[in-house]
Amino acid sequence: MREITYAQAMLEALQEEFRRDKRYIYLGTITPAPMVQEFGEERIRSTSISESGFAGAAIGLAGSGYRPVANMGMATFAFVAMDQFVNQAAKITYMFGGQAKFPIVYMMTVGAGGYMAAQHQISPYAMYMNVPGLKIVLPATPHDAKGLLKTALRDNNPVIFFPNTVMSNLKGQVPEEEHIIPFGQADVARKGRDVTVVALSRMRIEALAAAEELGQRGVSLEVIDPRTMVPLDIKAIRDSVARTGRLVVVDEACSTCSAASEITALVVKDAQTFGKLKSAPKLVCGLNVPIPYSPPMEKYAVPDKNRIMDAVSEAMG
Amino acid sequence: MSISKEELFRLYRTMLTIRRFEEHSYTGYASNAIPRLVHSYIGEEACAAGVCAALRREDKIVSTHRGHGHCIAKGADIRRMTAEIYGRSTGLCKGKGGSMHIADFSVGMLGANGIVGGGFGIGVGAALACKLDKSDRVAVVFFGDGASREGTFHEGMNLAALWKLPLVFACENNHYGASNHVSKVIPIKDIAQSATAYDMPSKVVDGNDVAAVYQAAQEAVTKARAGEGPFFLEMKTYRWRAHTEAMTVLGETRPLDEVESWKKRDPLVIMEKRLLEDKTATKSQLEAIDKEARAVIDDAVNFALSSPLPKPEDALADVFSD
Repeated sequence: MREITYAQAMLEALQEEFRRDKRYIYLGTITPAPMVQEFGEERIRSTSISESGFAGAAIGLAGSGYRPVANMGMATFAFVAMDQFVNQAAKITYMFGGQAKFPIVYMMTVGAGGYMAAQHQISPYAMYMNVPGLKIVLPATPHDAKGLLKTALRDNNPVIFFPNTVMSNLKGQVPEEEHIIPFGQADVARKGRDVTVVALSRMRIEALAAAEELGQRGVSLEVIDPRTMVPLDIKAIRDSVARTGRLVVVDEACSTCSAASEITALVVKDAQTFGKLKSAPKLVCGLNVPIPYSPPMEKYAVPDKNRIMDAVSEAMG
Repeated sequence: MSISKEELFRLYRTMLTIRRFEEHSYTGYASNAIPRLVHSYIGEEACAAGVCAALRREDKIVSTHRGHGHCIAKGADIRRMTAEIYGRSTGLCKGKGGSMHIADFSVGMLGANGIVGGGFGIGVGAALACKLDKSDRVAVVFFGDGASREGTFHEGMNLAALWKLPLVFACENNHYGASNHVSKVIPIKDIAQSATAYDMPSKVVDGNDVAAVYQAAQEAVTKARAGEGPFFLEMKTYRWRAHTEAMTVLGETRPLDEVESWKKRDPLVIMEKRLLEDKTATKSQLEAIDKEARAVIDDAVNFALSSPLPKPEDALADVFSD
């Protein structure tokens, strides 16, 4: 199978869907040159730096029969438009009693590791998870980025698609033929017996590195990448924990009210799964600090393979 | 531009229907039959009636928290609108939205919005859709003096001007953003002056003279349909009642002489005088229109009150579309 980059995979998803259906419209302060070239400036619209304006415009377009993609840039830039996501897009289907569908894809990048400091690095998907009416996607591989973006584009609801900022050049195998990944389907990235490691976004890579190293020492990790947080494939996670008896959740967002906390709660509060636990769940999260600039501090603030291996040790007792 | 007899009657009928509906709304609210949060449009009827009369059914409007007038003027189903504010399952939004989220997409009423300034982005999108459709449909975003201070006001105008969208910015300047008089929060005399920053044409009109509003709206809409881009229409008006019905307990907080002088310029009375003086209508014809309006509202209220409340578990539906 051919290998392409994470960025290329997302571009392909956009190109293929925009070809398939003329109702797709792209809004963003930066427009991808190949998209402009192929589809023209009427459909691929450069916006002023007016995030509320164009995040809101996506809603008006969607309710009027179009299928907009609004690229907010980084998740940090999207906060100024929070009303549009939380009070408008998330609620508009519901509060109008389902009078119209609002197929919108909002794209905004997450993650640290690029030395871009506090206002260009954050992983706020948990904030959006707490708002009913938004679907949440976190692709960690080029394969998943393409398949999930296609599903997002075909969904008739507001979807927030969170690519990882530092993974653009990551290469991976992506099928050439039509490739769709449904939401709510976790990926078992590595099968194992001893500990279930649930890893979000780029942490999948760190978890797999930990699994490789620990595998050589006889500790078998099962690595699960949920891929979508709304809807969440909690069944796959619970089934795995029921078999291994141990849970480690890895999420580079800071721990307070995190997606990691939610996953842990969903596992623990299920009486059946709770009964199978051999040790307390471990959360490996970003520190509760804004992301600092200088590399040694940034590295310290974010989880890595070593922290994951430490957590596995603790879970193994 | 003269207005035909039919159009004058239509404008008057719309305003009167809004007035009778709103009279019911505040009494219904006071008697606790309407669950909560009603923002009375009484006094501003000429704005909704005049602007919407210039629109076709397939044109779109985006409204505010004070949306009953816009909804009626755009031709929404009044029975289902009433059922909605009474929280019934037969409401336009199945009881999910209430007064502040009243919407009737079938007539291009894309929703009242509970967030001040929440309609600008949606209006830009709706207007962009009209343009992309290659139709001559237009969109109107209603908003108040308060909303003109939100960031979305500026972003919306910027995008509409840049993309030359068929969007009418319909500003209902009722001189108060909740309790703040405009002089406390707006540094310019006419909000329409903001339009020049976006190279957008504008007009300021007496928002209580429905004929003036209608003619200005026609100018704005004609230009928009012709592809000339957005237009800013400022209508100077006044609301008779408190910002929201919950605040009536505080009594009138605005200067009483100010309130009285605006009430003397009742948009209904202005139109009645004109119709009678021009001999376009007789008193009995006007009374017949009022009787008809009251009958429509009575029928709608009966429909609402005899409609079932939603089942509690209906709360789970419509979070997502299929």
